[in-house]
Amino acid sequence: MKIIKTYLDYAATTPVDPRVLKAMLPYFTEKFGNSVSLHTFGQEAKKALEKTRSIMAKALNAKDKNEIIFTSSTTESNNLAIKGIAFANQNKGKHIIISSIEHSCVLNSAEWLEKQGFKVTKIKVDKYGLIDPKEIEKAIRKDTILVSIIHANNEIGTIEPIEEIGKICEKKKVYFHTDAVQSFAKIPIDVQKMKIDLLTASSHKLYGPKGAALLYIKKGTKIEPLIHGGGHEFGLRSSTVNIPAIVGFGKAVEICKKEMKKESKRQIKLRDKLINGVLKKIPDSYLNGHPKKRLSNNTNFRFDYIEGESIIMDLNSYGIAGSTGSACSSEKLEPSHVLLACGLRPEQVHGSLRLTIGRWTKKEDIDYLLKILPKTIKKLRKLSPYVQ
Amino acid sequence: MYNKKVLQHFKSPHNFGKMKDPDGIGRVGNLICGDVMWFYIKIGNNKKGEEIIKDIKFETYGCVAALASSSIVTDLAKGKTIKQALKINQKEMITSLGGLPPVKIHCSILAVDALLEAIYNYLIKNKKIISEELEKHHKRIEREEKIIEEKYKEWTQIEEKIHDSKE
Repeated sequence: MKIIKTYLDYAATTPVDPRVLKAMLPYFTEKFGNSVSLHTFGQEAKKALEKTRSIMAKALNAKDKNEIIFTSSTTESNNLAIKGIAFANQNKGKHIIISSIEHSCVLNSAEWLEKQGFKVTKIKVDKYGLIDPKEIEKAIRKDTILVSIIHANNEIGTIEPIEEIGKICEKKKVYFHTDAVQSFAKIPIDVQKMKIDLLTASSHKLYGPKGAALLYIKKGTKIEPLIHGGGHEFGLRSSTVNIPAIVGFGKAVEICKKEMKKESKRQIKLRDKLINGVLKKIPDSYLNGHPKKRLSNNTNFRFDYIEGESIIMDLNSYGIAGSTGSACSSEKLEPSHVLLACGLRPEQVHGSLRLTIGRWTKKEDIDYLLKILPKTIKKLRKLSPYVQ
Repeated sequence: MYNKKVLQHFKSPHNFGKMKDPDGIGRVGNLICGDVMWFYIKIGNNKKGEEIIKDIKFETYGCVAALASSSIVTDLAKGKTIKQALKINQKEMITSLGGLPPVKIHCSILAVDALLEAIYNYLIKNKKIISEELEKHHKRIEREEKIIEEKYKEWTQIEEKIHDSKE
């Protein structure tokens, strides 16, 4: 049988769009300057940096381009948002609210703050991974300084009601941060309308290079930097600025924005074909996450009686790339906290499979997957003691 | 992550499936942890009249390492005398597989345990002498299962229901 390389792990990372790469290349060679240098070389880099800042501000509908700062990664942006707000506002209070389905960099930052004397409340989700904004309103106390809720979950793709949450936080005068890494430039975001104080977005999830991310920080927000040095990025993130990556990030966002409507429609069609095909062709298979409030590129399934790493590796032998929440596939050997939070039992989490589509996914890729996956599941179930 | 040999055993495992009227069954592991192995053995005699593992089959729920180690252990045990089979250990299994990623060693141990348990089950059922060493192994496996059961108490009751409905 012919093996067809089929990448269905776009939520993990994406290839760089050739148009993005083209925009980046001059900034490695002739436009290599350090953005803080005064000479022409430096000013050329500075110009590119500020232009990208404007692109980002526009994409988020931020009031001022200087509300955007660039970092190296989602993890860095989220660390800065959570710890930076905590350190700068601890005289007001030491209580932070997050959800139980945050990305591990939010979760672990909050848990680390707990060790430093902060209190953390984790908001529960329903079986689809949805957060009830009323639960957040109830959890806000006098000493609450920050609410951080993921916009769209990276594993199950559930889109959270962040505008409602933003309004509650505004009313209660609590900072609101959202990790929008999976949703930015895929679904519309308006930080002013959604009442967002801080927002994280990343380049490599949207066909830009790795090594660039941003944190939107609303003017007037009290925040402490984590990295001290030469005072780059308005003193909030010292480090020589990674101009080529940031230029690429900007170009990637421009393309995404331009193509958003059409691309989202195209992806939803493919996604639903994938979901319906899997559920129809494979017995004892289930969809994780919300059937409708879901990212256009996300699918997440579970299959009874088998384990996810085996699914991934069998698919891989046919050239198909996916991911799983199984304990066996994680470095910590723990099942996905997101799927557990949705009320799944550990053994159900072990049998989970995430397939995420993207810009270069075609109908043929879904057809190929739908041909291979039922075989994989059948074969592994044949080996399982739990199947008669 | 995995070497070629491990992936070969995973892709085309040897000796898998159910066995009709096995002489001994070894069941180890825990669904919640993500690895469960059931080994079945049939005992026969060689020309010298010694008891041998005439046939062996496995059913495994788990990751690549769990499936590959089940496959290799059944290969190693097949045709061996009980005495020889009891000598199969983790080191031999991992060497035969050409190595395993360190993080995966713990689940491969289960394959050796499943074999020992199947032999133990045969010996007990037939009122045969059990060596001190095998008894020690059996006690250790039991102890470890208890620890896991305790750790996942809230989940195991649900798991038993799945077991019952499937058996």
